[in-house]
Amino acid sequence: MNLALSDEQEFLREAARGALSRFKTLEAAREALDAQQGGGGGGQLPDLWPTACEAGWPGLLIDESHGGAGLDAFDAMLVLGECGRVLAGVPLLGHLPASAILADAPRVAEYLPKLASGERRAAYLPAQPPGDVDPHWSADPAHGMQRAPLAGGSAPDANGEVKLSGSYAFVPDAPGADVLVGVALVDGEPAGVVIMADAEGVHVQSVRGYDSTRSLAHVTLTQAPATVLDAPVESLAGAWHLAQALIAAESIGSVETALEVSVAYAKERHTFGRAIGSYQAVKHSLTEVLRQLENGRSLLYYAGWSRNGAPGEFALAASSARSVAGRALDTAARTMISVHGGIGATWEHDAPLYFRRAQLSRRLLGGTAGATDRVAGELIAQADAAAA
Amino acid sequence: MDLDDTPEQAEHRAKVRAWLEQHRGEAPVLSGPGALTDEAEIVSARRAWQGKLAEAGLAGVTWPKEYGGRGLGPIEQVVCNQEIARAGVPGILDAIGVGMLGPTIIAHGSEEQKARYLGPMLHGDEVWCQLFSEPAAGSDLAAVQTRARLMDDGSWRLSGQKVWTTNAQFSSYGLLLARTDADVPKHKGLTMFVVPMDAAGVTVRGLRQISGEAEFNEVFFDDVQLEADAVLGGVGNGWGTALTTLMFERVTIGLGGEGLGYNSVRFAGGVASDEHARRDPEVRRALGEISSELLAVRFTGYRTLTALQRGQIPGPEAGLAKVTIVNGAIKAGELIADVIGPDALAKDSQWAYMISFLPGLKSAGGTEEILRNTIGERVLGLPPEPRLDKGIPFSELRSKEGAAA
Repeated sequence: MNLALSDEQEFLREAARGALSRFKTLEAAREALDAQQGGGGGGQLPDLWPTACEAGWPGLLIDESHGGAGLDAFDAMLVLGECGRVLAGVPLLGHLPASAILADAPRVAEYLPKLASGERRAAYLPAQPPGDVDPHWSADPAHGMQRAPLAGGSAPDANGEVKLSGSYAFVPDAPGADVLVGVALVDGEPAGVVIMADAEGVHVQSVRGYDSTRSLAHVTLTQAPATVLDAPVESLAGAWHLAQALIAAESIGSVETALEVSVAYAKERHTFGRAIGSYQAVKHSLTEVLRQLENGRSLLYYAGWSRNGAPGEFALAASSARSVAGRALDTAARTMISVHGGIGATWEHDAPLYFRRAQLSRRLLGGTAGATDRVAGELIAQADAAAA
Repeated sequence: MDLDDTPEQAEHRAKVRAWLEQHRGEAPVLSGPGALTDEAEIVSARRAWQGKLAEAGLAGVTWPKEYGGRGLGPIEQVVCNQEIARAGVPGILDAIGVGMLGPTIIAHGSEEQKARYLGPMLHGDEVWCQLFSEPAAGSDLAAVQTRARLMDDGSWRLSGQKVWTTNAQFSSYGLLLARTDADVPKHKGLTMFVVPMDAAGVTVRGLRQISGEAEFNEVFFDDVQLEADAVLGGVGNGWGTALTTLMFERVTIGLGGEGLGYNSVRFAGGVASDEHARRDPEVRRALGEISSELLAVRFTGYRTLTALQRGQIPGPEAGLAKVTIVNGAIKAGELIADVIGPDALAKDSQWAYMISFLPGLKSAGGTEEILRNTIGERVLGLPPEPRLDKGIPFSELRSKEGAAA
């Protein structure tokens, strides 16, 4: 039993914090929002991919024989946590689940070294595996509550090539990606697919918006050429759960900063002759953020460990981490605003940047609510098994 | 990071499991067919079972060997607890004594006290109770009013009332926090005593709760005589001694959250039997939110255990796990009863007892509000609430409180 960071993991986290501290990510986020609102300025976010490549992050989940670091989900989650702390837009949420699928597909192993080095960047086309109520694979819809079907194509040719048509909405980090990796219905069956982003029939429409730090796109495929992968279906489902674990880790990083900034302000701001943090109303709302943060942290350990330590529990672990972390970020961002009073709701402060992050994040990758529903489904299945 | 046993832990687990396989037939049956129903019989059977567990080294695992323990780490005790739960047999009867009061005696007691009390406590020959809380001193424990007066011959006379005392009705001894000097600030005038529960002037009365059952007691002390050697940890040192007990209480809560039976799979089972509920989005959302938090507490427990193994002492943040467990279980009870309907509140329903028990548990071990104050101040470093009792002799506090109101 050992639920603590190893020395190597401490080092990985410190190195990530150090590397990201060289960029003024929060200022850049505000400027990008300014630019969107016609406030002038270039609004360009810093390109953090070279930093990621230098640190070896693109190859975190690729084994060493293919040029990667051969590390596990928890290590990747530590890096995402550091990104979340400073709202850094490092395109790992798209790249890492894609690399995890390709790492499980021996026929395309030749892709791995360039993905590991970051010379080529991948984005994951999110595909939600079947649950106990909905028996189908599905994609995030562009609008509304109804889940969307995956892209599909007829049987592959002798080279394993297939033409795919369909769409994936709100794909993280798709703008500028070289390779798209995901799940499609090939001859009616779910299969892993890889698509060159510059191929004919591939349309990547950027939808950067409410959270300026988050790069997203709607991907539309029209008879687009794709290669069918020999990754097992568990790996395809695993990529979805990995994405849940990564966004959970990223969210918990943002909660950490939101809480630290709020606590510091509650100690220095005085009203009626005393620090506002001495009032129970303020103190209790901050401890509530801490409570949710600690719960989220504990579940990050569970998710990070279970991917290899107990694969049968990874869906439950990652979904519960996402569920708790997503709600923690909502609470932390709103508390950050209310503890700061009026200034917290203005662009003078960083709080709106965390609020925007919270608002958009909870609706991506199946949504926090989708993860919560999967927790229920997994536990109902466990209860059924226990009763049988 | 690893959740698996080390080879040593696996060997320990195998031995514990083998012993339980061999002896489970000797364990008292507390539920299902053939269950004991008479309280006196239950207590005596559980005391005997505790003796066997102690003899086999499954209880008091972290206690030093010289006092009958095994001198092992908390992880080895947790392994024993896990295996006892897995075998479906009861654990020890006197978890409060062995888990909290015994370690306090080990830390603060004289050699004579350790030699006299620890062995019979561990083996269940003498059950102990914790006499800390009072009607007007719960979260603000240092406000206890039970008085112990020093006589000329060196003995003490004890008068006052304690409340929320688990197991008092069959305890041999109690560890009692009393005021011995009212003319100094309240944390300074306290002393810890060992009180024989059969002493003249001790009265135990059951305290019925919402469920109708009396799991706690009120204990009255009417001029009870205590000998000089009843003092534990020195006169005037009661607060420091009490803090040791409370620290072990946090460890117990931090590691034993799911021991109360508030776990996510059990709650999922509460709604899964209803074909409509298990597909209802609203029910699933509530179940998912409650369960993910309860699941988190299990891993918070593992984090606590890791810290303990590294020689760190769990801080007040362990109290957050208690807040999560209690509120999660309250919401789960509401959800399950909404699904099942009024039958969930029937006398033989497993949920009725839980639903009745939880409102009180919210205040047990310090109210949620006090826990949040403590954690806000000690963990987040937020400034304290202004207090009226700092540096004021206890005897003057009442008039001060009156003036402020």
